[in-house]
Amino acid sequence: MISVQQLLLRQGDFELSQISFEIPSNAYAILMGATGSGKTTLLESICGLRAIAGGKILMDGDEITRTPPAQRQIGYVPQDSSLFPTMKVHRQIAFGMEVRGFSQTERNQRVEELASSLEITAILDRYPRRLSGGERQRVALARALSFRPRLLCLDEPLSALDGDTRNNLTKLLKKIQQSESVTVLHITHNLEEGIQLGTDHFRLEKGQVRAVVGKDQGGKNTA
Amino acid sequence: MSQIKPKSIRQVRAQWDGLFWTTMSVFGVFYLALIIAMLVADFRFTNWSDMTSLLSDARVRFSIWLSLISCTIAAILSLWVAIPTGFLLARLGSESMTQRLGQRSPGCRRLFNWARYFIDTLLDIPIVLPPLVVGISLLVLFQTPVGRWFDQRTGDLFASLGYAGIRGITYEIPAVILAQFTVAAAFAIRTMRNTFEQIDDRPERVAITLGASHYQAFSLVALPQAWRGIVAAFTLAWARSLGEFGPILIFAGTARMKTEVLSTTVYLNFQFGNLRGAVSASLILVTLAIIVLVLTRLITLGGSSNKGVIV
Repeated sequence: MISVQQLLLRQGDFELSQISFEIPSNAYAILMGATGSGKTTLLESICGLRAIAGGKILMDGDEITRTPPAQRQIGYVPQDSSLFPTMKVHRQIAFGMEVRGFSQTERNQRVEELASSLEITAILDRYPRRLSGGERQRVALARALSFRPRLLCLDEPLSALDGDTRNNLTKLLKKIQQSESVTVLHITHNLEEGIQLGTDHFRLEKGQVRAVVGKDQGGKNTA
Repeated sequence: MSQIKPKSIRQVRAQWDGLFWTTMSVFGVFYLALIIAMLVADFRFTNWSDMTSLLSDARVRFSIWLSLISCTIAAILSLWVAIPTGFLLARLGSESMTQRLGQRSPGCRRLFNWARYFIDTLLDIPIVLPPLVVGISLLVLFQTPVGRWFDQRTGDLFASLGYAGIRGITYEIPAVILAQFTVAAAFAIRTMRNTFEQIDDRPERVAITLGASHYQAFSLVALPQAWRGIVAAFTLAWARSLGEFGPILIFAGTARMKTEVLSTTVYLNFQFGNLRGAVSASLILVTLAIIVLVLTRLITLGGSSNKGVIV
């Protein structure tokens, strides 16, 4: 269970205040909102990449508000995938385990397992510059999942992809979330994507996060 | 009112474009011609026998070796300082730092920015200071109690290592290296800062969420991307050290077979009226500089943004 309580974030003149919402364990939460509404700011704060001015973040009951990003057990996939340009895909995926001290055998096993699930076995020996947009996102996803995080934060992972690639990756995201049993917080401004993937829907509007009921659309709220 | 014909507009525009590119080229070509003319004049002024007679002089051979060794040590030391400092300066001005500061008060942000500009300006001082002033400042520094203590300890250290001939820093070989390093490091820092500024810091931030420490994010993610900048910074520091003269003259002196480097060989030959020897020594400097610059461009060729360009 991820619980965000009365969160206060400031960025110059921009402010998000009194942000509160809860994501049950193993849920696929969708956070929607207009461009510039602060979705990425909120996601990065949960990942520990931005300082929090007030409020709390709890993960399975443990407060992680001031916990360094490296110790939060949160996998993060940024919008542009941000792959490491000088690492081949295999090492890229194993990176999280490498810095956490896993053995070479464990790393190789996990990389093969994720590569098979995400259908990227054929590109394990390539550098990021030789990957397509869809492949890059799959690699970023595998990298974020490698160390079995408690929460997976996805920042518009499908926004830059063409129709077919987007559809394939949407199915893959759903499949991998279930097979890995990981809680997901997925940011998007695509309603169809949100409906296809999400079990829980939230909308960030006017500096407030509201839970949205039903799969019809992201407008009506109950919170 | 006469109608303007599109064709005539196109012709006028083409003429203006031609004039624009010609004018822009003229300035560059003029400077290029000046460089080439100087080199040609140097080569014409001297001949092969001047060069061989210069190279047969043991004192000149010593100055060449000392130049090569001291420049390499100064460039390595410069990189040692430039990589962490350049990274720090680049990341302190990055978007992520601005985001972090966004949570602070405006006064705190202003103070941080002032401190950053102040440090940045201080690091540029060796670049803008007249070379003689750098030499005098170093000399004065080593006349202070701390400087003298350091000078003496360095002499003791060299004696314990079996180099009793090096009695300290001032007017000894370490002074040559320190004088070269003082100026070269400032250029290397600027190069490394530009390099790290061009490297997106987001992958480093992702690395941290994956469990990496800041050191691991730097060494495994940022540093491998900066290799072209590192080569450029090393070359720039090396070439800058090779041409350094003013600070060496003041701080290390021009003792033959002791602290004489190629740039001081040129000076000494010129001072004693041996213009042909001075030009020949200059040509050795020019040749070494060209070799290093060409090698750097070949090594760093293929970069996505600045192909082989020393930033």
